[in-house]
Amino acid sequence: MQSAIIVFPGSNRERDAAIALKRATGREPLHIWHRETDFPDVDLILLPGGFSYGDYLRCGAMAAQSPIMREVKARAAKGVPILGICNGFQILVESGLLPGALLRNSSLKFICKRVDLSVERTDTIFTSKYSKGDIITVPVAHGDGNYVADAETLKRVEGEGQVAFRYVGDVNGSMNDIAGITDLSGRILGLMPHPEDATDPAHGGTDGTKMFAGLAEVLTA
Amino acid sequence: MSTPDAKMPIEKAAALAKEHGLSPSEYERMLAIVGRQPTLTEIGIFGAMWSEHCSYKSSKNWLKKLPTEGPRVICGPGENAGVIDIGHGQALVFKMESHNHPSFIEPYQGAATGVGGIMRDVFTMGARPIANMNALRFGDPSHPKTRHLVAGVVAGIGDYGNCMGVPTVGGETNFHAAYNGNILVNAMTVGLADSSKIFYSAAAGIGNSVVYVGSKTGRDGIKGAVMASDVFTEGGESQRPTVQVGDPFAEKLLLEACLELMATDAIVAIQDMGAAGMTSSAIEMAAKGKMGIEIDLDLVPQREEGMSAYEIMLSESQERMVIILKPGREGDAAAIFKKWELDFAVIGHLTDSHRLVLTRHGNVEADLPVLPLVDEAPLYDRPTEPTPAPTPISAADYPLPAPALEVLKKLVGCPDLASRRWIAEQYDSLVRGDTLAGPGQADAAIVRLPDNDGNESGRAIAITTDCTPRYVFADPKMGGRQAVAEAWRNLTASGALPIAVTDNMNFGNPEKPRIMGQFAYAIEGMAEACSALSFPVVSGNVSLYNATGADPILPTPAIGAVGLIEDATRTARIAFPAAGLTILLVGENKSELGQSIYLREIHGAEKGAPPVVDLKAERHHGDFVRGLIAGGAVSACHDVSDGGLLVALAEMAMAGGIGATLELPADPALLFGEDQARYIIITATPEPVLSRARAASVPMSRLGVTGGDALILAGESIAISALKNAHESWLPNYMAGQD
Repeated sequence: MQSAIIVFPGSNRERDAAIALKRATGREPLHIWHRETDFPDVDLILLPGGFSYGDYLRCGAMAAQSPIMREVKARAAKGVPILGICNGFQILVESGLLPGALLRNSSLKFICKRVDLSVERTDTIFTSKYSKGDIITVPVAHGDGNYVADAETLKRVEGEGQVAFRYVGDVNGSMNDIAGITDLSGRILGLMPHPEDATDPAHGGTDGTKMFAGLAEVLTA
Repeated sequence: MSTPDAKMPIEKAAALAKEHGLSPSEYERMLAIVGRQPTLTEIGIFGAMWSEHCSYKSSKNWLKKLPTEGPRVICGPGENAGVIDIGHGQALVFKMESHNHPSFIEPYQGAATGVGGIMRDVFTMGARPIANMNALRFGDPSHPKTRHLVAGVVAGIGDYGNCMGVPTVGGETNFHAAYNGNILVNAMTVGLADSSKIFYSAAAGIGNSVVYVGSKTGRDGIKGAVMASDVFTEGGESQRPTVQVGDPFAEKLLLEACLELMATDAIVAIQDMGAAGMTSSAIEMAAKGKMGIEIDLDLVPQREEGMSAYEIMLSESQERMVIILKPGREGDAAAIFKKWELDFAVIGHLTDSHRLVLTRHGNVEADLPVLPLVDEAPLYDRPTEPTPAPTPISAADYPLPAPALEVLKKLVGCPDLASRRWIAEQYDSLVRGDTLAGPGQADAAIVRLPDNDGNESGRAIAITTDCTPRYVFADPKMGGRQAVAEAWRNLTASGALPIAVTDNMNFGNPEKPRIMGQFAYAIEGMAEACSALSFPVVSGNVSLYNATGADPILPTPAIGAVGLIEDATRTARIAFPAAGLTILLVGENKSELGQSIYLREIHGAEKGAPPVVDLKAERHHGDFVRGLIAGGAVSACHDVSDGGLLVALAEMAMAGGIGATLELPADPALLFGEDQARYIIITATPEPVLSRARAASVPMSRLGVTGGDALILAGESIAISALKNAHESWLPNYMAGQD
């Protein structure tokens, strides 16, 4: 399985993601700079955490307009799986690839801690190795993870079963404790928590491993 | 080159010199060096270079007493940061620096730019920052400004480090009324470098290009170094325009661009622009290389229109660097900075004139000899007065006013001992995925090291920041010793071999003999400890004039220190890991209560002598404990410090969520005395450990057994949940205004 990590100015968890992907797939992911307009065919595109463009304007807003995102959207239309973590989730939302928006945490403070998530879906390529109802522990590290959507959108997201992960208890004010959602196809996942930082016993837990191992299994054809 | 035309009456020049912090004798010295009427820009340059902040004129003579050499030292004090060889072709680059005055005036930006500045110091030398730490001192919680300052400083530190993708892995925070008008914000960064690729600041090569990279220069932070070299007067907030504004995104780009350029061989020398901005960078680079330097200030990227030579030279705008490039490499370098969307400009070149020559709009605005600016800077041997020896107290005069475990509950919830979770969770402590022990998990933060190819190396480092200012105030020499010993002990308790120190000397007005005495004796104590513990000082920073009017801060020589862990699987954390394990004490209980937290919080007395630091015992006990951890015989370890033995035990119990039955009497001096050179260790195999201790002549005694959900002592019992509630609730409640 070959994956590509899109690197924006201000990305800062691309290393964490690359290590997790390499551990699961045995292959070094490609790093694609935001100014590129094309890149080789890959099995997975990952938008990493960080502060793309300094999070100025709105988190993810400027990255969503970058040259590379036109190509990412084109790949998405072709069904290439996309995983957006933290800032990557914000970029997916700002790009219109996922519904809703991510606002300042309700505490108005950055939050870095390990949180419990419930796995809401196991029928996606990202969650196939989890069991429904699993409670997993994964760190969060964000200032803007408060998921909101208008009533109609939220109803649709819930109705279509797009919620992949929920926080167990309130973490940042997110509606319905939403931590991660997929698109309608289930091939695009955005989530605020960092499964890549829970893939090594030294991280204090390995509950994120199943996401990368599952992707490696499904996407290695 | 024509001589600058000053066109300034001599009385005005003298008045300007005074305004720039130059004393009459310093002004005379400056005139002798310049040899003619100085320009405003030249006065500004002298004022900045000869400020306490840049020249260390009051402290230099004393700093020489610190041991700075050792087999691992690649670069000691004097460069942007210290460099230590850790083997395998790798080096650690680290330093701690203060941003006290700016943080009091504008806490968010002051703290943020403090973090930005120290990270720049580290990556300027070719290292990628891998961990941030800090040491914070705030005023009394009841002081009306304290809450606002805590909130701003913590947010500023977090936002800057978080955006940079450098984990903030630990630190310490104290509260004391002596900091009401002058908080301390000391930030430390540790970077990892290839030991064969360290970059220095000495300029070389006549004709080589002087290059400016990073953000544009604006009018922020002008005269910041001069401001930082004076005491605050009432209304100090009016100095807000002298505080810099940080842009962590620009610094993240600057970090990546610099490391990319450093991977080529285009750089001769590199220096960040910190205090005193371009003035200090240009002069230090030229002086270290014994070169001249000519700069056309029109070529400096500017954020605002109409900036004068004076403003450009004294701006402390952030996220900027000066680089001396090898001939013909301008194109390669420019391409890298263009990729990262940063300014890049050739602003001048090196000369053999030994002079700094600055032009603006075709006029020479400064033409000064470089070496005298540095070598003939004023140096003061200020009078010192010793602190009178503290009057000893008798522990018998301070009995327990309540059951011991009730007193314990009060202590673990007091401002200086309460949980720092509210602070730590605002820092990204996990980015990079190498944090093995983050805030509060071990006595020192533990961070894994990748090898030079970025792969796992199996090694780790430990990092700590320590100082007990109340000890230093009571007895500067003993307090200086203790600050170093505690840092060494914290590294040891995490399983690391302590290897080097950075110091951040925060003191009051050095022109007062008592304050200068605090400084001098603290240095003496530190030097003794560093020598006895083979713990060289490789970098540091001095911050004087920390006072508001006549009220000085507590003398605070903050120690930042790093240790090496060759096997990252052999470390120790503080949490009780399981029930049924034996709790052992290494070291002796001397039951001294002087300057203890117990005395202050329970009896309202800040008195007595601080605990005696026996450096031989420290080394002996510490080396023994480190050996036990490396041998796998210890499943948790915690040093005994603030709050004493029972507080340390409670911290271990709360971290693990497991109680203990303790074989200790309800004697306050035993339970809450802060005697040094002590560690609590947890083991499943007490007999071999005890016999090893006997064989090594290390004092060791049994304290009890882990288990249950309560601490049990002398017929009393308290639930761990009750302790935890007291411990965890103080800071969030205080910050929410519910104190």
